[in-house]
Amino acid sequence: MQPSSAKVQEGQRLLRLCNACRYCEGFCAVFPAMERHVVISAADVNYLANLCHNCGECYYACPYTPPHEYALNLPKVLTEIRVGTYARSAFPRSFSLAYRNSALVVSVLIVIAVAVIAAVAAAFGKFAAAKADFYAVIPHAAMVVTLGLVFVLAAIAMSVAFFRFWREAIGVPPEVHPVIAALSDTLRLTNLDGHGAGCPYPQERLSQTRRWFHHATFYGFLLCFASTCVAAFYHFVLRWRAPYPYFSAPVVLGTLGGLGLLIGPAGLFWLKRKRDPALDDLNPRDFGDTFIVLLLLASFTGLILLALRETAAMSWLLIVHLGIVLALFASLPYGKFMHGKFRFAALLRNAYERSQKR
Amino acid sequence: MSEQFPVFDVLVAGGGNAAMCAALSARESGATVVVAECAPPHLRAGNSRHARNFRCMHHSPTSVLTDAYTEEEYFKDLLQVTSGQTDEELAQLAISSTPECFAWMAQHGVRFQHSLAGTLHLGRTNAFFLGGGKALVNRYYAIAEQLGIRVLYNAEVTELRMNGGRFDSATVHVDGSPVEIHAKALVAASGGFEANIEWLSEAWGDAAKNFIIRGTPYNRGKVLRLLLDHGAEQVGDPSQCHAIALDARAPKFDGGVVTRLDTVPLGIVVNQCSQRFYDEGEDLWPKRYAIWGRLIAQQPDQIGYSIVDSKIAGLVMPSAFPAMEARTIRELAGLLQISADALDVTVQQFNRSVVEGSFDHTRLDDCHTCGLRPDKTHWALKLDSPPFFGYPLRPGITFTYLGVKVNRSGQVILRDGKPASNIFAAGEIMAGNILGKGYLAGIGMTIGTVFGRIAGRGAACATQ
Repeated sequence: MQPSSAKVQEGQRLLRLCNACRYCEGFCAVFPAMERHVVISAADVNYLANLCHNCGECYYACPYTPPHEYALNLPKVLTEIRVGTYARSAFPRSFSLAYRNSALVVSVLIVIAVAVIAAVAAAFGKFAAAKADFYAVIPHAAMVVTLGLVFVLAAIAMSVAFFRFWREAIGVPPEVHPVIAALSDTLRLTNLDGHGAGCPYPQERLSQTRRWFHHATFYGFLLCFASTCVAAFYHFVLRWRAPYPYFSAPVVLGTLGGLGLLIGPAGLFWLKRKRDPALDDLNPRDFGDTFIVLLLLASFTGLILLALRETAAMSWLLIVHLGIVLALFASLPYGKFMHGKFRFAALLRNAYERSQKR
Repeated sequence: MSEQFPVFDVLVAGGGNAAMCAALSARESGATVVVAECAPPHLRAGNSRHARNFRCMHHSPTSVLTDAYTEEEYFKDLLQVTSGQTDEELAQLAISSTPECFAWMAQHGVRFQHSLAGTLHLGRTNAFFLGGGKALVNRYYAIAEQLGIRVLYNAEVTELRMNGGRFDSATVHVDGSPVEIHAKALVAASGGFEANIEWLSEAWGDAAKNFIIRGTPYNRGKVLRLLLDHGAEQVGDPSQCHAIALDARAPKFDGGVVTRLDTVPLGIVVNQCSQRFYDEGEDLWPKRYAIWGRLIAQQPDQIGYSIVDSKIAGLVMPSAFPAMEARTIRELAGLLQISADALDVTVQQFNRSVVEGSFDHTRLDDCHTCGLRPDKTHWALKLDSPPFFGYPLRPGITFTYLGVKVNRSGQVILRDGKPASNIFAAGEIMAGNILGKGYLAGIGMTIGTVFGRIAGRGAACATQ
């Protein structure tokens, strides 16, 4: 058991006040989850921090926000604690630095990743390939091995981080019903719905904007993933070779996903600029922004590649696009992508404790 | 640079629930409205910031209220807590208007908590605001902005100019500079005087210096004083206030609901001399918590100490400040800075007098003491299981009862018995008409909403 940090202790102080007040219990899952505990341990704080979606509803309703002497700004403090849980769980541990220097790390990563793809292309492919013949630029095997290797390593790092967080703050038996409930909360973003009224994001007025942009991002990502899976099925099982026609399943899925990944992250980026500064500091080293930028670059280069795949620019575009995707894969375990895993774990513990109560 | 204000139809003094209900109602009736709120924006809305629910009659279950709560039952509950000190006509009007008010609130975007949720067991009688009173008034302020109601912050009404029982204008200090605001009608909705320690001292003497004010520091009773000085008839006992025992570590003002303590009936309470002074187990806590402010106020230095042991852990709601915790009674006395010898004797005497029974904190059980002065008549358990927990207690003032008399149109009644034609009152400043004594959870918001709306519409009418 780690000694609780000053931030976690501050979280305990605030949650003690919240647990004595309970006016916010109708808002999101955090408050009923808090009420199940008379004493809030450090592990509970880390769990509740990941259950919080930082919508700000409780901040606006709270009579004790700064400059009140209780100085209660729960969403902001929980956000700081939440970032701490990501950083502490990083594998390998020293890579947690990436959370603090995200812009630098991601920039360097993009340069290296594009260089790696270019080197692979130089070694195994021929640059001046026929139009739309991706695998002439980089042979399929070389592409799969390079991207696959990084993806597998990232998956291992993410699993270890998830397991560490699970041990630190979750630790409930993974029963079927809570898993289904947590999945449903995740896929529908229940806690951003505000019982249908939406949430106060970016400012006090309620709206569903953040939820819809997040859905576009999340399902855009899933569609791109699905496109890759279908393409792999075509290649390995059906032995159909890319490029696939514009109206084939991989291209349609990828195009829709790419559009989602353009609209969603761009919308989230825009909302973030309008966010109430009392709840979110605009931090130039914010790892949320760098993840958004990576997603935007990936979807943008992907769509441009699709549009220009019959032209001479294809080779360069392919190298840049694959480089960015490689950088994206490599950065997944050390950035905003992890919030999904941690939040799912917190929703799962919440669903489990809810089921125990009955 | 002082700004020249136009003549408004209605000036609303105050910025809480009653004031905003009046402002919105007046505006929706066609009047131009200016609101003078003496707090800065982040502390606006007086004690409505700390409110939580609205007591509402209803004949059948609704989405937020279970079962039924009839007009008769509501009135009976009111008669019981006030021992009949209520203006029956106004009380009936307030109660029978609640369903209509509830609909009005919902129309104005006020959200309520679902009836099955909720910490307190008031799901039948009280509709809980989603997020509490501040969320409710935030909503009203947002609408006020849309409707073009002018809201002045840091704006304290310091003088009223009246002419033959009619309101002419008010001097308002805005950010410290005086401006004269002319309006055709005035709604006084600026609360009581519980944050005015000097005024409280008139009835309580020096003891008032040790009172903690649970709510806003801005309820200094300025407008109430001005109205009384200008000939308004008063209601309610000027020396009375609603006072509970709360954690002495609470901030002097505005500590809110989180500093209340539920431990009193589960242990003993001693004063600075380590002596018990009242039956802690006289009745169920919800029926008794409001007498303990007065009891503590009567003790030396207005301080008391609630002491319990580990047997009752888990039976009380968490509170803002952790208990002082010790392995022995003597050690606890040290933490509480009272005499260890005397506390030891008090606890030993208490323990020897306990007649064992079957403990049940949810009903009047048979655990009591025998031969003590005063005896503890229920929930008497020996203090013998360390760790021992102690909480220092102070009187915490919720609100005052003194107000101005009004009629059923919300008009302020003058001492000659006639209503002032263009002066209206709503909320705590006139709550004493209905609540002469005691308290009924959620009735403050009922009075504020009902009479805020009546006053707002009446004021708009009076301008024509």
